[in-house]
Amino acid sequence: MDAVINAATNREAIQVAERVHWVGALDPQLRTFDLILQTANGTTYNAYLLRGSEGVAVIDTVKEEFADEFFTRLESVADYSEIKVIVLNHLEPDHTGALPTLLQRAPQAQVYISYKAPKMLKALLKDEQTLQFNPVNTGDEISLGDRTLRFIHTPYLHWPDTQCAYLPEDYILFSGDVFGCHFCDTRLFNDLCGDFRFSFEYYYAHIMRPFRKYVLEALQHIEPLELEIIAPSHGPILRDRPNSYVQRFRELATSKLPIEQGSDKTLLIFYLSSYGNTAKMAQAVCSGAETVANVRVSLYDLAGGEVEPFVNLVEEADGIALGSPTINGDATKPIWDLLSSMVMIETQGKLGAAFGSYGWSGEAVDMLESRLRGLKFKVPVPGFRVKLIPTEEELQQCHDFGVQLGKVLTGKTTHKVIDFEDLV
Amino acid sequence: MKAQLTFADIDVSVNVPAGIRVIDVSEKVGSGIVYGCREGDCGTCMMEVLEGMENLNTPSVLEDKILRENMAGKRFRLACQAQVIGDVTVNPI
Ligand SMILES: Cc1cc2nc3c(=O)[nH]c(=O)nc-3n(C[C@H](O)[C@H](O)[C@H](O)COP(=O)(O)O)c2cc1C
Ligand code: FES
Ligand SMILES: [Fe+2]
Ligand SMILES: [Fe+2]
Repeated sequence: MDAVINAATNREAIQVAERVHWVGALDPQLRTFDLILQTANGTTYNAYLLRGSEGVAVIDTVKEEFADEFFTRLESVADYSEIKVIVLNHLEPDHTGALPTLLQRAPQAQVYISYKAPKMLKALLKDEQTLQFNPVNTGDEISLGDRTLRFIHTPYLHWPDTQCAYLPEDYILFSGDVFGCHFCDTRLFNDLCGDFRFSFEYYYAHIMRPFRKYVLEALQHIEPLELEIIAPSHGPILRDRPNSYVQRFRELATSKLPIEQGSDKTLLIFYLSSYGNTAKMAQAVCSGAETVANVRVSLYDLAGGEVEPFVNLVEEADGIALGSPTINGDATKPIWDLLSSMVMIETQGKLGAAFGSYGWSGEAVDMLESRLRGLKFKVPVPGFRVKLIPTEEELQQCHDFGVQLGKVLTGKTTHKVIDFEDLV
Repeated sequence: MKAQLTFADIDVSVNVPAGIRVIDVSEKVGSGIVYGCREGDCGTCMMEVLEGMENLNTPSVLEDKILRENMAGKRFRLACQAQVIGDVTVNPI
């Protein structure tokens, strides 16, 4: 094991494996990234240089402001004329910022990007000369003589174009943002760095979790690989027990507590109520949904809890119904807080519905329905509103609304035919 | 001319004027087909056509390209592009 590694002492490349060097940049001062992420330890932009018997590959670049550091490190181990291949695992500017200059210096290099990336690359390099590139997909390989790079497309981890490149001769996975984190440590390798576990989990929670389905798909491709090193595009290089990070992704993407309902469908009803009207409606919706076999219903007053645990519940649920009164022409803040936190999780295809009591204008239900649609819930049962105090008859209608939700969840609806003109 | 567009995921059929796009109906009835760019560029709105593929307009060059990029099989179309000209049954993917 290396004696002392300190990437800040000079701007030379740092060896990762016999043929692989780190040529990235350190950004210790960074505190906010992509508007949505915080970091107490800055970050690194990791780029790598791979030397094969028939040419050199550069894997990713760095953010534009850090280009000098990247080029100086690169020049310490290779000449621009040797660069045969440039692989871009992810087009976000923190990894493509130095590309235009790199291409000027190594005009002979062939650029390899995911087949989902060409249009984005054009939009990112609007003013650049007509750029040649080679789109690749899972299984495609490029050869550098005695070294090979094999691509694995990992869509939505965390952009449509993201991919990993595997070096089978050395068992190294250049994973892009996957398995990365914002943590700048000049010692560079996970066995030498400070404790970055919280950064790893935080990065997963904010960047990968909204794409849980895609994480699971990517793991199907990554888990079978023999791994000695995972070389991500941010944070420590994972050379000590790399598989444990893959396993951690699997755990994070799998539900926490096994739930008791087996194959039952789950419906969560969240409500808020100032004078108890929407609360009564919520109870009636709940009792209606409960009459449908194989549906497990839960009822929560949003006034009595914090948002985050509720978001965790929604991640596991098949459907949600939101009840809010209209207050000052809007739904109430705790409901919006819950909805705005749902970008953290995958909501596509879940059932959504809204209901609530109102006084004279009743905007809340419509607004909640459009937000649910925006979050890619399906909203097949029209929202239900009651003016002020629900009557017995209206409570029965709430009950029926609940029954309908249960039936949609369990696929027991009866076929409906409607005319387009009748749709609102 | 009338056509019937059926959304299998919610078991609803809608009698629609021929020529309408699936996107103009699916959100109104609450089907689970989802949209991103709404202009045939991102592939988010891919749907499976269970019946009546011949009753949709022919895909444009652009749609064809996006379908191929997403490695969609013959049964798939983009809901923001497909126009209904006869009876069709669709499902979100
Ligand atoms: C974490 C993250 C997530 C993103 N998600 C989306 C997205 O879902 N859809 C989209 O069209 N663009 C998405 N983008 C791309 C940004 O909208 C794009 O980079 C934009 O140019 C940034 O604009 P700005 O320079 O004003 O911040 C995302 C970017 C980041 C960094
Ligand atoms: S919504 Fe983007 S292609 Fe249809
Ligand atoms: Fe990124
Ligand atoms: Fe990144």
